[in-house]
Order: sequence, then structure tokens, then C-alpha cells
Amino acid sequence: MDMGKQIKEGLLTRNPAAVQLLGLCAALAVTTTLRGGLGMGLCALMVLTLSNGILSLLREYIPKQIRLLTTVAVVATLGAVADLVIQAFLPGLMEELGLFLPLLGVICVLLGQGGAFAWENSAGSSLIEGLCQGVGYTLVLSLVGLFRELLGKGSFGSGMLNGGRGLQVFDPQYAAGGMVLPVGGFLVLAFVIALIRVAADRAGRPRKRKGAAKG
Amino acid sequence: MNEGMISLMGLALGVILMNNLVLGQLLGVGPFLEASGSTRRAAWMGAVLTVVMALTAAVCWPFNEYLLAPNGLRHLESMVFFLTAAFLAQSLGQLAGKWFPAWRREGEGTLALTANCAVMGVVLQNVQNGYGFAQSVVYALAGGLGFLLVICLFASLRERLEFADCPKAFEGFPIALVTAGLLALCFSGFSNLTLFG
Repeated sequence: MDMGKQIKEGLLTRNPAAVQLLGLCAALAVTTTLRGGLGMGLCALMVLTLSNGILSLLREYIPKQIRLLTTVAVVATLGAVADLVIQAFLPGLMEELGLFLPLLGVICVLLGQGGAFAWENSAGSSLIEGLCQGVGYTLVLSLVGLFRELLGKGSFGSGMLNGGRGLQVFDPQYAAGGMVLPVGGFLVLAFVIALIRVAADRAGRPRKRKGAAKG
Repeated sequence: MNEGMISLMGLALGVILMNNLVLGQLLGVGPFLEASGSTRRAAWMGAVLTVVMALTAAVCWPFNEYLLAPNGLRHLESMVFFLTAAFLAQSLGQLAGKWFPAWRREGEGTLALTANCAVMGVVLQNVQNGYGFAQSVVYALAGGLGFLLVICLFASLRERLEFADCPKAFEGFPIALVTAGLLALCFSGFSNLTLFG
């Protein structure tokens, strides 16, 4: 399969969050800071990539009838592993993700659409598909987190940069506190999705028409 | 009314109004956005999800209390609840399709997958907060009713939105998200409400 096409699809034209509208509850709930969005996105990326690879390797041995069940079992196991690893090594991130960390497995089954791609394709292209979809999801979550943190708290990368304090871009007293509430999540996600739609539209447009428009 | 009843009512009102399942806790945003295209479909989705949630909570509570917790298997809870919830949602969705042709017409769709986040979220909260059986079921039932309330409100808003003239990039889904944001803003007005002292 064409790798460039997979990358473009994952990031833009078939972006799991912005175009396929999957995994949105996490995209809204954990993105009050850049760290939350990036952390959740990267966890999903790891689980998606690994589970796609494993399911693809199993596709010769598992009959069609129990494939969905197998998908759930594999993805939920990997989700539980990611959950425990984060609890052990990144307690700060764990607190931030809260209820959505144990939900990681559920979200990844959704994102991988029940392993629809992995059951049909070779291990290599399934790995790349998981990676591209994961990067696309991470992109949306990080963008939403970045803007909500900046507008709602006036900071950038708190919990990650500058010894955990983050960079204070402007005085928090001028920040729009509503941006860290659910309201801000819905609004910022709407803008990010609109942005990605425009980008996908540009990328999906055939080259010819561009030249014709110019002429 | 005795004190237990009052605390259960407080719990229920909390998850319906003050910290609404969808607009406050952001659980079940998927089916909320996906099924709110028409009011009929929204009402069906809300009703079925309410039943699924209450039942899943009722089944998962004894699992956790008598099987997982005494054997030190708490780390398996998300997996066990996930399988239970998926199984119940799948079979109830099909049963509902058999009994009510209207629900089948409105598209039972992928309820088992999309609704999972909301169902699992509620069940995990029941465990984390250490709720008893009655509390768990009431919390899940009220969470479903809260979902039903906001999805019906939102679906009627979206029906009017269809004739609105908005920028091309926002057409359809993004403008619906903005509307949901404004609805969430309205509901955040309830957030500091205290009832029953």
C-alpha cells in the first residue's frame, strides 16, 4: 500500500477525530492543557500501532466470527497495560487524564474501528496505518489542548516545560477561564475541525484545478 | 421521605443537571453528536442508552463486589466491564430492534461501540466512588436520563440549524459543535446549584 497516501489520510482526509468523528469524548475531556492532549494522543498512538500489528499477525489463525471479540480482547489488554505503565511512571499525567485513562482501551477500539484495517492487510501496512491514524488523533488533541491552555490559563506546556511550570505567555488574570470548561472544549474543537477540513480540502484537490484557477 | 431517598435524589439530580453526563463530564459525546440529526432518532437513542446503562451498572456491580475486589483483581476491571458493556449493548440493541421496529428504522447502528464510552465511564465512576448497589443503579439511570434530556434539546436545536447560513468550513458538524458548546454554557449555570442542603 502507498505510504504517502496513508500519511495524508491519517493526518487530513481521513483524520480519525476531525473527519471520522471518533474518540471525541476524550478529545474534549482531557484537552484542558497541551500535556493532557499530547499524552492521551501518544497513548492512543502506541496502543493503536501495537494492536494493529498484533491483529494483523493473527489474521491467518482467527476465524471471522470471533474477530470482533479478539479485537476487543487485544486492544483492551494493551489499553490496560498503557494504563498501568502511566500510573507507575507518570503520576501527574494520570491525574490529568483521570477517568479517561481506564477508558483508553474503549477509545482505541473505536479509533481502530474494530480492527477493520488490520484484519485485511499485511502486518507492515497495518502498523503504518495505526501509526498514521494515531498521529492524526494526536495532532487534533494537541492542537485543542494547546489553544485551550493558552486561552484559558495564558500558559504553554505546563507540566512539561521549564521544570514543570510551563511558560506563562500572559498574566492569567486576563485569561478566559471558560476555555478550560466543557464550553471551551466544544468551541475550540469546532475551530480545529474546521481548520483541518480546510487543509484536507486543499490537499485533496487535484493539482490540475489549482493551475486552471490560476490561469 | 427518609435520608437515604433524599441522598439518592441528590445524586440523580447531580448527574442530570449540575454535572450533566454529556455537557459536564463529556462522556458519551460520540452518540450525542451522531444521533442528534433528528429528534426522533435522538429520543430513541436516549431511551435505549438509559436502559443499557442502568442494566450494565446493575450487572457490573456484583461482578466487582464479589468477583474482582475480593480476589485483588481490580486492575482487570476496565477489561471485564468493557466486555460486559459491549455484550449488553449489542444484545439489547438487537432486542430493541425486534420489539420496536421504529428503533430499527432509526438505525440501531453501532450502539455497542459508540455508546461504550458513556456506559463504561459511568460504571467506572460507580466503582471509584464506592457506590452501593442502589446508588450505582440510580446514578446510571439518572445519567441516562440526563443524556436523554440534553440530546432531545440538542436535536431540536440542530433541526433549526439546518437552514442557517454559516461559513463553508463550519457547515454540518463544526457548527453543531459550537451549538453544543453554547448548550454546555447554559448547563454550567446549574453547576453550583445545591439542593437538599
